[in-house]
Amino acid sequence: MKVLVAVKRVIDYNVKVRVKPDNSDVDLNNVKMAMNPFCEIAVEEAVRLKEKGVATEIVVVSIGPKVAQEQIRTSLALGADRGILIETDEKLESLTVAKLLKAVVEKEQPQLVVLGKQSIDSDNNQTGQMLGALTGLPQGTFASEVVVDGDKVNVTREVDAGLRTVGLSLPAIVTTDLRLNEPRYASLPNIMKAKRKPLEVVSPADLGVEIKSTQTVVKVTPPAERSAGIKVADVAELVEKLKNEAKVL
Amino acid sequence: MSNLINAKDLEFLLYDVFQAEQLTELPFYQDHDRGTFDGVINTANKIATDYFLPHNAKADANEPQFDGVSVTTIPEVKEAWKHYSQSGLLAARHAYDEGGMQLPAIINTACVSYFMSANPSTSGYPFLTSAAANLISAFAADEHKKKYLPAMFDGRFSGTMAMTEPDVGSSLGDLTTKATPQDDGSYRIRGQKMYISGGDQDITENIVHLVLARIEGAPQGAKGISLFIVPKIHTNDDGSLGEPNDVKLVGLLHKMGYRGTTSTVLQFGDNNQCQGFLIGEANHGLKYMFKMMNEARIGVGTGAATIGYRGYLESLDYAKNRPQGRSVASKDPNSKQLNIIEHTDVKRMLLAQKCFVEGSLALCLLAARLVDESEVGGDGDSGLLLDLLTPVVKSFPSYYGPKANDLAIQVLAGAGYTKDYPVEQCYRDNRLNPIHEGTHGIQSLDLLGRKLWLHNGKGQQLLLQKIQRTLKSAKEKTELQALVTEYQGHLDLFIKTTMTLGGALQKGEVEKGLANSAVYLDMMGKMVVAWLWIEMADKAIERFADSDDNDDKQFLAGKLQAAQYFLRWELPKVQHQANLLQGFDETCMAMQADWF
Repeated sequence: MKVLVAVKRVIDYNVKVRVKPDNSDVDLNNVKMAMNPFCEIAVEEAVRLKEKGVATEIVVVSIGPKVAQEQIRTSLALGADRGILIETDEKLESLTVAKLLKAVVEKEQPQLVVLGKQSIDSDNNQTGQMLGALTGLPQGTFASEVVVDGDKVNVTREVDAGLRTVGLSLPAIVTTDLRLNEPRYASLPNIMKAKRKPLEVVSPADLGVEIKSTQTVVKVTPPAERSAGIKVADVAELVEKLKNEAKVL
Repeated sequence: MSNLINAKDLEFLLYDVFQAEQLTELPFYQDHDRGTFDGVINTANKIATDYFLPHNAKADANEPQFDGVSVTTIPEVKEAWKHYSQSGLLAARHAYDEGGMQLPAIINTACVSYFMSANPSTSGYPFLTSAAANLISAFAADEHKKKYLPAMFDGRFSGTMAMTEPDVGSSLGDLTTKATPQDDGSYRIRGQKMYISGGDQDITENIVHLVLARIEGAPQGAKGISLFIVPKIHTNDDGSLGEPNDVKLVGLLHKMGYRGTTSTVLQFGDNNQCQGFLIGEANHGLKYMFKMMNEARIGVGTGAATIGYRGYLESLDYAKNRPQGRSVASKDPNSKQLNIIEHTDVKRMLLAQKCFVEGSLALCLLAARLVDESEVGGDGDSGLLLDLLTPVVKSFPSYYGPKANDLAIQVLAGAGYTKDYPVEQCYRDNRLNPIHEGTHGIQSLDLLGRKLWLHNGKGQQLLLQKIQRTLKSAKEKTELQALVTEYQGHLDLFIKTTMTLGGALQKGEVEKGLANSAVYLDMMGKMVVAWLWIEMADKAIERFADSDDNDDKQFLAGKLQAAQYFLRWELPKVQHQANLLQGFDETCMAMQADWF
């Protein structure tokens, strides 16, 4: 069974995010980048499926500038077999990403597509669902357990009321939640082996997808700085402040 | 909790100051690039953070136990060992055909820094094993390499260095452990060894001891010492285990720090059944051991630097978040308290720590880079410079790392004195470093009595050339001109002092010339680290002066301020040291035992 995993290059989760002085965007200049943590979980799940003998090939795809090859190499070091970079320097919206992934799904014909449920930079939580709609494949989102059983996959989902398990016919789409697994680190021999694994670079045009923008970013602002606390004289003042200033009562 | 190492600083040191990517031009390293270097460092950071750091205090509080039969360590140590060995880090520096990844020493040192910062005592087991494996790989016969290296690299066997005896410490030439030749080419080993780190444990299936012993009839002193492989349990050719090899654990020693690493007294051959296998030629044992010890000394320096680094980051974090007191100019009790980092004396203590630990780490990375240039690149000059600098690389961090930890405790004050914060453990752990792998005093004798004068002092010339290159570049930067002028004055004094001492030694006045060797070692350490601070300041200006990023600006300002601190506050102490040395001060030498 072939598994396709989508990975995204994002700002490293340890980095304090800064906004550009003109409020046009997040400042990515000279900032440490890394694989989106949800995507790491997606790669890990695919590798575990391969170790169990369920998956036979893991293909990793990323979309972005040339340097996004780093995240594909990391995936290859973790156990993926080959990579595809859809190279573009343009800013991408979820729908464009889903269209590009749809083209890869059509070309590669995977039985299972695994994506992170969202990326920690834009937090949209859209791409997996859009890909499901575009391809017409069944989807199991927010997965905390994935069990492949013959031509079906049972996905346990984290929902507000608890856990819900859905059975999907393969091929299917799964998006990962944090509790699905704990990603491994790349061993040193695998870091070296990853350099020799194939990595194909294609353009959006090669896949017949035109990058279109339907959204405009109006403004990016950092969260308001927390102001200093105050001491209240008595309970009455506290209640008054909670009512009128914090507006939580 | 703070980070283990400031990643931005480490990256700056590796790629801007020491140009690690250039090493990929060497054929042995040609498969590497920045991506593989960063990948390995990420893996080291992750394993250190996830599997070493969490039990650092627990291993300190729960020393290994010996019930008279076997040793028990806490389970977390085994888990950490498993991850370390499975990741491939034990073999990292070795050739592909030995199962390694041909990783440069400088990148390996960067990895070591994460582990040492996270948990020095658990790191002891893999680091000792790497050192023993390096020695076997370099000098042992092929049959022994085949038998032991794969098992050591995949974590089934660990390694130790069994040198010290109950009555023989620094003076190794006097050791008494005996080796008796047998008909099959092996030797019977008999004797007692002490302070053997990792000498017994329940982490690995087997332990490969590298034992220094004297073959019967061999010359007295250092020229009659040979080196043997002595497995705890006999190992069959297929790697499976045979019978125990008559290596008995007499007891465990209880230490001030590094308490998670067993320190053992071992009896070899109590029943005359202990078999050892000679490494290389008979009577060359110390030569082999010292080849390996040079790298071990860089390792000790790195450990000392990074335990110091951890304390620095912990105390920095505390100082930034601990409100206490007000500005000395403010008497208003209703005004907001300052975080203690705003108090000038706290800044002084943090600046001193920053200088000591970042300077020490730079020194160790320089040494590792010289290992790469000399051993892999075949550059003889780098080898000579490394030889000269090794005592300094071992000693400066070992002396100033604990000083940094002392200041870290002082920043936290009462809190730092308790076990609620990790800085007191850092201090205890780091206190080992001026002692093992050659004490501070031994290093100073090695430097002043020997290393300075090898190859007609070529190492000194190479060092001065490197220093002059840095000064030339720094002089062109307005921010650094004043510091360069100050440094130049101290450098002239240092050269003059070295010549004066050299003159005395050349005339055969050995006792007089070496009397204050420890002062000279410290003086040279300050000169070398001050040079590295100018180098760091110079490279930081080149890299970050044009950046409009706030982090970059602050990083640059921090390096400049720290360089200034080291040059203005620490370096001038060499003036006094030069006076003592040039005047051949006899205060210590003339003191008599009965006068105490």
